[in-house]
Amino acid sequence: MNFTAVLAQIKPKLGCIADNLKTIEGEIVKALEAGADLIVFPELALSGYFLKDLVPEVALRIDSPEIFQLIELSRGISIAIGFVEETEDYHFFNSAMYLEDGKIRHLHRKVYLPTYGLFDEQRYLAHGTSFRAFDTKLGRFGMLICEDMWHLSASYILAMDGAMTLLCLSSSPARGIDGDSLGSASAWQKLVSTTAMFLNCRVLYCNRVGFEDGVNFWGGSEYISPSGESIARGALLEEDFVAARVDEGTLRRERIFSPMMRDENLFVTMQELGRIAQERGR
Amino acid sequence: MMAGLIANTELLRKLLVGFVQDEVRKVGVNKVVLGLSGGIDSALVVFIAAEALGPENVHAICMPYKTSNPESEEHARLVATACGVNFSVVPITPMVDAYFDMFPDADNMRRGNKMARERMTVLFDHSALLRALVLGTSNKTELLLGYGTLYGDMASALNPIGDIYKTQVWQLSAAMGIPAEVIEKQPSADLWAGQTDEEELGFSYRHVDELLYRMVDQRLTKPELAAAGFDGAFVESIYLKIQNSHFKRRLPIIAKVSNRTIDRDFRYARDWGK
Repeated sequence: MNFTAVLAQIKPKLGCIADNLKTIEGEIVKALEAGADLIVFPELALSGYFLKDLVPEVALRIDSPEIFQLIELSRGISIAIGFVEETEDYHFFNSAMYLEDGKIRHLHRKVYLPTYGLFDEQRYLAHGTSFRAFDTKLGRFGMLICEDMWHLSASYILAMDGAMTLLCLSSSPARGIDGDSLGSASAWQKLVSTTAMFLNCRVLYCNRVGFEDGVNFWGGSEYISPSGESIARGALLEEDFVAARVDEGTLRRERIFSPMMRDENLFVTMQELGRIAQERGR
Repeated sequence: MMAGLIANTELLRKLLVGFVQDEVRKVGVNKVVLGLSGGIDSALVVFIAAEALGPENVHAICMPYKTSNPESEEHARLVATACGVNFSVVPITPMVDAYFDMFPDADNMRRGNKMARERMTVLFDHSALLRALVLGTSNKTELLLGYGTLYGDMASALNPIGDIYKTQVWQLSAAMGIPAEVIEKQPSADLWAGQTDEEELGFSYRHVDELLYRMVDQRLTKPELAAAGFDGAFVESIYLKIQNSHFKRRLPIIAKVSNRTIDRDFRYARDWGK
């Protein structure tokens, strides 16, 4: 079906749940006024990114009042949002929720926690263990958190699981100033476009902006059509509110034009991955 | 020049201006103060700050010593006028001389360090006076080589240019319209007449930047650097400079006795709550 998605390119304050919740509510109101069906927020939108030892302080259980408030807001509009999740057994995850009609439709826990270069996520967070597509009012979706998308298998699994819309919630730092455009932005633009093309899926990518300890998050949130074409792109380095009209006809036509996913051979893939796992001895 | 050292100046300018705006305002301040030496690094920072916060919110202070080249103050004034910021001159001769009257045998290094630290105290005093953050003006080349005074010119609240090499400072300065005489002159710490950085260091910034970029940013190994045409002894001497000055780039070491030691297992971003 056709729908309108908003990519809320916000600037969360580090460790300030109440302030960020206010910002998020403001964006939801704006999206409702714009007649949107879905609003996507960045990774860790409720808490900010370089949390380090703040992780347990900003973590929320899914039965917390803050999450309840967001669930209630989803009666008017579907919401995808990132936060630090605390579980009953006191594990902390970099999680994203998909909220719809006053319910948590899906919860994804980031599987690939980058721990290299400027990243240190595995020190503070537990990693998720699954990629699952899920049904929404707007079709079958898959949700990824930032680094997840750099693993081909993650989006492949979601597409094989029937997702036709991939959401990626991101907090991507700006780096690389020697090219025509920002290094990390070009890399991501290639990634989301190629992923959409390979999997005949549309991609809704939401990246935050602002600075944390001198590290900039570059924004550039984007809606990519299933042909890999960028249909709407947010401002670089600045807050933005990107409204994109998502058109079902385009997806259908693209899947007729390039039926790669129809022809994708799950059996061959499973057989070969099984063999590789066996040869590796685990 | 190595492609990686050629900066996209439009993008870099946007990033650094954004950095100053965001990191200054989020602490509830809208002013900055910095030392303006007449050299290119502080000229670039004052231009960035003026664009970020408006020139009326930027205070540049020139702090000459009696042996400083008079041209330096002229250039500082020229730069301040060009970007329209507040400008004042606070000579450090009386304070520095009062101290060295007690230690007349002090060598140039001690005197230079004392001057750098004297300037730091003037800036941080003005930080309190003006409710302004102190901007640092050390570039990546000097930070890596340790060519600066700890708690002197290396002290600041925020440093917009600490991740760009001198070569890139020149490029961005040209793009931002910094007066040509400041861009073109020989870089100098200006501690005594006729001193130049490149003479004191024994190599040119352009040459060392080519090496640093490959060594630090690209992590080329020593054999790879040799294959790229760098002299082995030069590579070794720069490696040692980086290693031996590393203490200047870190906080003081704390003796660990508890379960949570500051910065080791008590870790928070400085922008905590901002």
